[in-house]
Amino acid sequence: MLGRLNFEALVHDPITMGGIVAGILAILAVVALMTYFKRWNWLWKEWLTSLDPKKIGIMYIVVATLMLLRGLADAVMMRVQQATSVGDAHGIVSSDTFQQVFSAHGTIMIFFVAMGFMFGIINLILPLQIGSRDVAFPFLNSVSFWLFIAGALLINVSLVVGEFAAAGWLAYPPLSELKYSPGVGVDYWIWSLQIAGLGSLLSGINFFVTILKMRAPGMSLMKMPIFAWSVLCAMFLVAFAFPILTATLGMLSLDRLMGMHFFTAEGGGNPMMYINLIWAWGHPEVYILILPAFGIFSEVVATFSGKRLFGYKSMVLALISITFLSFVVWLHHFFTMGAGADVNAFFGIMTMVIAIPTGVKVFNWLFTMYRGRVRFTTPMMWFLGFVMTFTIGGMTGVLMSLPAIDFQVHNSLFLVAHFHNMIIGGVLFGYFAGIAYWFPKVTGFRLNERLGKYAFWCWVSGFLLAFMPLYALGMMGATRRLDHYEASMGWQWLFIVAAVGVAVICVGVAFQILQIVVSTLPSQRRSRLDLTGDPWNGRTLEWSTASPAPVYNFAVIPTVTDRDAFWASKQAIVDTKLKAVTQKYSDITLPRNTAMGIYIAGFAGVAGFALIWHIWWLAVVGVLGVITCIILRASDEDTEYTIPAAEVSRIETEFFAVRSQL
Amino acid sequence: MKRMKVVAEAALPTTVVDDSETTVDQFRSKTIFGFWLYLMTDCVLFAVLFATYGVLHNNISGGPSGHELFSLPFVLVETLLLLTSSFTCGLAMLATQRADKKQILIWFGLTFALGVAFLTLELTEFTKLIHEGNSWRASGFLSAFFTLVGTHGLHITSGLLWMGVLISKVVRQDLTPGLIKRLTMLSLFWHLLDIVWIFIFTIVYLIGAR
Repeated sequence: MLGRLNFEALVHDPITMGGIVAGILAILAVVALMTYFKRWNWLWKEWLTSLDPKKIGIMYIVVATLMLLRGLADAVMMRVQQATSVGDAHGIVSSDTFQQVFSAHGTIMIFFVAMGFMFGIINLILPLQIGSRDVAFPFLNSVSFWLFIAGALLINVSLVVGEFAAAGWLAYPPLSELKYSPGVGVDYWIWSLQIAGLGSLLSGINFFVTILKMRAPGMSLMKMPIFAWSVLCAMFLVAFAFPILTATLGMLSLDRLMGMHFFTAEGGGNPMMYINLIWAWGHPEVYILILPAFGIFSEVVATFSGKRLFGYKSMVLALISITFLSFVVWLHHFFTMGAGADVNAFFGIMTMVIAIPTGVKVFNWLFTMYRGRVRFTTPMMWFLGFVMTFTIGGMTGVLMSLPAIDFQVHNSLFLVAHFHNMIIGGVLFGYFAGIAYWFPKVTGFRLNERLGKYAFWCWVSGFLLAFMPLYALGMMGATRRLDHYEASMGWQWLFIVAAVGVAVICVGVAFQILQIVVSTLPSQRRSRLDLTGDPWNGRTLEWSTASPAPVYNFAVIPTVTDRDAFWASKQAIVDTKLKAVTQKYSDITLPRNTAMGIYIAGFAGVAGFALIWHIWWLAVVGVLGVITCIILRASDEDTEYTIPAAEVSRIETEFFAVRSQL
Repeated sequence: MKRMKVVAEAALPTTVVDDSETTVDQFRSKTIFGFWLYLMTDCVLFAVLFATYGVLHNNISGGPSGHELFSLPFVLVETLLLLTSSFTCGLAMLATQRADKKQILIWFGLTFALGVAFLTLELTEFTKLIHEGNSWRASGFLSAFFTLVGTHGLHITSGLLWMGVLISKVVRQDLTPGLIKRLTMLSLFWHLLDIVWIFIFTIVYLIGAR
C-alpha cells in the first residue's frame, strides 16, 4: 500500500532533527500569523492563483530566497565540518550526512536559488522592458512556477521523510545506480529535478516566444535592450539543453525503477555516457544562469554611468557566440575520462575561445563607465565586485581549460573555488544587482542604500576569505567532498579561514534581510518612495510606467524609435501631463486568475513522491490528475477579463498628475 | 473562405503586435510558433535517445542482437499504418480549412484508428520480446531499444488521447478559431511523430536487422 515508505523514514540524526524542528516551527509560525491576520483568502486570490508575471516573479524570488537560506545552512555545515574534522576529531556530522549535505547544497543552489532568481527577475522585468502587457502564455507561466515549487517541496520533504541523495549534485553513475545507492535519496534528486526542470523548459519556450512575438512596435531586434537579448539567448539554451536533462534523468530513473542498463557498470551499460549527457545539458546550464546576469549588468552600468551602453552590437554578437560555443565545451568537465589527446585538445581550445566573447563584454562594460557620470549605488557596487571576482574566476577557468593542468587539479578544491567564483561572483552578484536595481519598479520604493552596501562589503570580503584558501588547498592536493583529513596535511588553518569567510557571508545575508525589512517599514519607506516610476533616471521602457507598474503594464503600447527607448522619449516629451490628457484609452483584456497551475503541479508532485517511494497506485492517481487538469483547462473558454477604458484612464491620469508635479 | 485565410496565416509568423482588435490572430500565431518550438525540444529529446541507442546498440551483454530479434515485414506493416495515418491526418486538416465537420470527423476518426492499430502492433512486438526473455533488463541494447521505441509509443498514446478529446469537441461544438488552432497543433504533432518513426525504422530496424 505505501511502497517503501515506513516509520523508519522519519528517524534522523540529531542535527537533521534540529533542522526539521526549526523548519516546522517556522512554518507553524507563518501559518499562525496568516490565520491571525486573516490573510489566507488574500494570499490565494491576490498571489497564488495570479497569472500576472509581476506577481509570479515576486513569488519566484521569495522562494529562491528561502532556498538560499537552506543552501547557506548546508554551506555552513560543510565549512564547519571541514574546519573541525581533523585527525582524531570527526566534526559535527557523519560522513553519510555530509555527503547528503553537499549533494543538497549544489542541487538547491543551482536549481532552486539561481534558477529561481533568474526566472523571477525575467518575469518581473522582461515584459515591461519589451513594451508588452504580458508573457506569450500566461497560464503556462503559472504552471512553470508551480512545477518549480513542486520540485522545491520534494527536495525539502526529503529532509523529513527519508533521505537525500549522497551521490553529488549531478549524481554520477554507477554510484547513483540502485546497486550502490539503494535508498530513496537519488530518487528524490531525480524527481525534484525532473519536475522543476520541466517547468524550466516550459518557461524557456514561453519567454523565447514572448521576446520574438510581443515586442512593442518599432522595437526591432537590434533596438532591443541588452537584458532582453541576454534572456533571448538564455531561453534558446533552455529550450535546447533542458530536453537533454529530461532524457538523461529519465534514463537514470528507468535504470533504477525498471532494472534497465543505460548507465550501470554491468549488463552492457555505459556510465561514461551519463557523464557526457549530463554535461551536454550542464554546461549550457551554466550559461543559462550567467547570460541574464550579464544582461542585468549591462543595464545597470549604462544607467548608472548615464551613458549609452558601449559596443551594443559587439555585446549582442558576444551573447550569440557564447550561446553557440556553450554547446561545444562540455567535455572540459571530464578531461580525465580518457577521450584521447585530440578530443581533449579540441574541447580545451573551444573553452579558451569562449573566454573571448566574455572578455569583450567585460571591456564593453568598463568602456561604458569611461567618462560617464558614475553613481556608486548598490547595484553599481555589485557590478564592480563582479568585475573583480568574475575576472579572477575567468582566469582560473582558462587555466583549467588546458587539459594538462586540468589533470592536476581535477576534482580538487581548486575547481570548487573556480566555479564558486563564477556562480557567486558572476551569477549571484548579478541577480543581487538586478534585485536592488528593479526593486523600486516592483514595490514603489527604493531599498536602504547604506545597509545594501554593508551587505555588499560582507559578501565580497566573505567570498574572498571563503574561496581563495580553496585555490591554495586544491593546489596542495585537497580533493573536493572531503569529510575528514589528517592533521599532518597542514590544511586546517586554511579551512578555518574559509569557515570564517562563510561566517562573514552569513553576516552579509543578515544585512540583506535587514535591508528589506528596514526599507519596508512605513516610516522608512516614505522617504524613499518612487512616485515618478523612474528613480534612477533609467533608459529602458520599464521605467516609463508607474512604480509599481499597473496590472496591464502599459495603458497604451509604446512605439519605439530608439535603442534606449525611454531615454529617447524623455528627451523628446517635455510635458507629460499634456500627453495624459490628450491620450485616448481603450479596453484592456487580461487573463483571469486560475488555480489550475497549482493543481497540475500538485498532482505532478504527488506522482513524483509516489515514484520515489514506489507507491504505484498513487503515481497513477498523480498522472491521471495532471491529464484531467490539462483537459479541464483546455475546455475552459472563459479565461480572460476586461478592464474598461474609463478605469484605465482614471489610473493613468492619476499617475501622470503625480509625475508632472515632481 | 475567410476561415481558410485565417488558417493559412496561423502558420506564418506575424510581426504585428498590440491592438486589442487583433488579439485573436496574434494569439494564434504566438501559440503555433510556441508549439513549433516545443516540437523542436521534443526533437532534442529524441536526438538524445537516438544517440544513446547508437552508443549502446552493440552492448548486447551476451543476449540477442537486433539481427536476431527484428522482423522487417512486421515493422513494415507498422510503418505503413503510421505513414497512412499521417496522410489521413493531412486530409483531415484540408477538411478543417473547408470547415467541413463531417469530413473532419471521418478523417480524424480514420487517423485515430490507424494510430490505435499501430500502437497495438507495437505492443504486440514488445510483449513477444518480453515473453521470449528479451526484456529491457537483458542488456544495454535492449534498454535503449525499448526506451527509444517506447518513448515514441508514449507520444503516440498522448497524441491519440489528444485526438480523442478534440474529436469529441468537434462533435459537440462549433468550429471556433480556438478549436482550429488546436487541430492544427495536433496535426503538427502527429506529423512529427511520423518523421521520428521514419528515423526509428531506418536506424533501429533497417540497420539493426542487417
